[in-house]
Amino acid sequence: MALLEVENLEIAVAGQSEWLPVVEDCSFSVDNNQTLGIVGESGCGKSLTAMAIMGLLEQSQVNITNGKIWLDGENLLDMSAGDRRRIMGDTMSMIFQEPMTSLNPVYRIGDQIVEALRQHRKMTSAEYRTRALQLLEMVNIPDFQQRINSYPHQLSGGQRQRVMIAMALSCDPKLLIADEPTTALDVTVQNEVLELMLDLQRRTGTAIILISHDMGVIAQTCDEVAVMYRGRIIESSTTAGLFANVLHPYTRGLLNSIPAIDSETEWLDAIPGRVPMLEEKLSGCAFHPRCSYSQPKCADTLPAALSIGESHLVRCHFAGELEL
Amino acid sequence: MLSYFIKRVLAFIPTLIAASMLIFLFIHLIPGDPAAVLLGDTATPEDIAALTRELGLDEPIWRQYIHWFGGVIQGDLGQSLFFKTPVLSVIADGAETSLLLALMTMTWIVIFGVPIGILSATHHGTWIDQLTSGFAIFFASIPTFWLGLYLILFFAVGLGWFPSSGFPSISDDGGWRNLRYLLLPSLTLAAPNAALIIRLVRSSMLDVAKEDHVRTAKAKGLSPAKIAIKHVFRNALIAVAAAFGFTFAALISEAVVTETVFSLPGVGRLVVQSILRRDYPVIQGVILIIVLLYLSINLIVDLAYGWLDPRVSLQ
Repeated sequence: MALLEVENLEIAVAGQSEWLPVVEDCSFSVDNNQTLGIVGESGCGKSLTAMAIMGLLEQSQVNITNGKIWLDGENLLDMSAGDRRRIMGDTMSMIFQEPMTSLNPVYRIGDQIVEALRQHRKMTSAEYRTRALQLLEMVNIPDFQQRINSYPHQLSGGQRQRVMIAMALSCDPKLLIADEPTTALDVTVQNEVLELMLDLQRRTGTAIILISHDMGVIAQTCDEVAVMYRGRIIESSTTAGLFANVLHPYTRGLLNSIPAIDSETEWLDAIPGRVPMLEEKLSGCAFHPRCSYSQPKCADTLPAALSIGESHLVRCHFAGELEL
Repeated sequence: MLSYFIKRVLAFIPTLIAASMLIFLFIHLIPGDPAAVLLGDTATPEDIAALTRELGLDEPIWRQYIHWFGGVIQGDLGQSLFFKTPVLSVIADGAETSLLLALMTMTWIVIFGVPIGILSATHHGTWIDQLTSGFAIFFASIPTFWLGLYLILFFAVGLGWFPSSGFPSISDDGGWRNLRYLLLPSLTLAAPNAALIIRLVRSSMLDVAKEDHVRTAKAKGLSPAKIAIKHVFRNALIAVAAAFGFTFAALISEAVVTETVFSLPGVGRLVVQSILRRDYPVIQGVILIIVLLYLSINLIVDLAYGWLDPRVSLQ
């Protein structure tokens, strides 16, 4: 069994009168030393999936309605809130999208970095400080000996995200969930942050789930990819396998919308249409209204997950038949 | 920090000069003649004119102002027309009661307002929140004179636990035990203000709870109580600090009704009586001191901001 196994996860949000499903039948797994990328447009349910694994869903508005999340052989969804908190920040931790607002403005970064450590491990104050310095050095914060006493507003966005990474790694987690960790950063800083995460993985063997809307980021960093559309994983494979053999028209659309640096075209390829609203009930394949290969069958029946090759799964009636 | 402090204190001076001019002007616009009030109904116009001259009230108003202000900068607020003693000592007599009342009231506001506000925020949407919010709205809405009278009725007249009125100075017999005289008045005065602090703590905490850094704290596996205090309340305190400052300053003026109900010899009552007596120097003196108090509290609140919020730099 892999470190993390998500089985038929189903998440619903409170609508006006009923619970609306946002994530359906979502299954994947990640193991030590592995990086899984979850990719999709805004609103596809990738962040909610991450929050569900982490245990950060607001129960009143978002609910896990079905499924299991196994971490180290234990189902997280069966645990009491207290047991869950013992895992959060310790065995698994999370990096968020907004480095500018994810740190508490009133505490020094050194204190925030070891806060999870203080919660989960008993040490002396000197040991906490040593660990904070070690973490800051590890994430390449310049002048870390001074920076440990800085407040978040005194750091740049990239530095704050490094602090977030240092914070997430303080207890040597087995699983690190990074929800759009580079989206809010300058392109030049993006690469450094991604490299840093991978470098740390090489050293510590942490499993990483990287959530992104950017196929470029995924291609650069992940061993495996799951493409989500409207709450379902519509295609998943090893990164190399996916890029070599795209089977779902939506995945092709995502890849085409990455501008090539050497192309002369003035227009970016975009997927036509828009992401359907939550309230819209879509029969069959959720992508059919936007799909240029759509057939009557697509609107009627939900495509089953087809296994193609060794580890390539796809939800499309015409997988393998289309010239993508 | 020190240079900021000195700069801010120096900035008090123009404000105080402007305020003193306005105070002087408005007080002399009050209809009624102090000499006539002092001499009573039986005074002849000649007596009144003679006293007016003696008190210097026949001079042009700008000359009266310069005369008064000249005294003020030397620390002399003039003589009370009514008591015939220095204004400063008249105010000092009331200041003990007022300050002790204000401090005791603030203590209640903090003791009741903060924990109940936190409880209300951490249990928002539940019956605990509805109950505390209900109480808060009730106490914010009832008039202080009504609450004061009912507290006297139950605890002083009915149960006889506390004295109903007056406040013998703690330097008199009884010492600190005399503080029991201030218990009912301070509770009366605290009720509406504590209610406002409850509401403010609650709403500020609910605002902070939505911020991203609270999610980070949850992801660290901290307990809900730790998150509520260390991350939510601590940050909400920045908004609440200003309210504490203004509440304290407002207590001095709000105390007028309470001091009257409980017959306390405080500054609030002194102002009202001095207005009725047309005791210009006392009114001017008290208002000037209240202006100074507001300025000082403003400064303290700003210093507190610098301490509570590292993003604020005091320069």
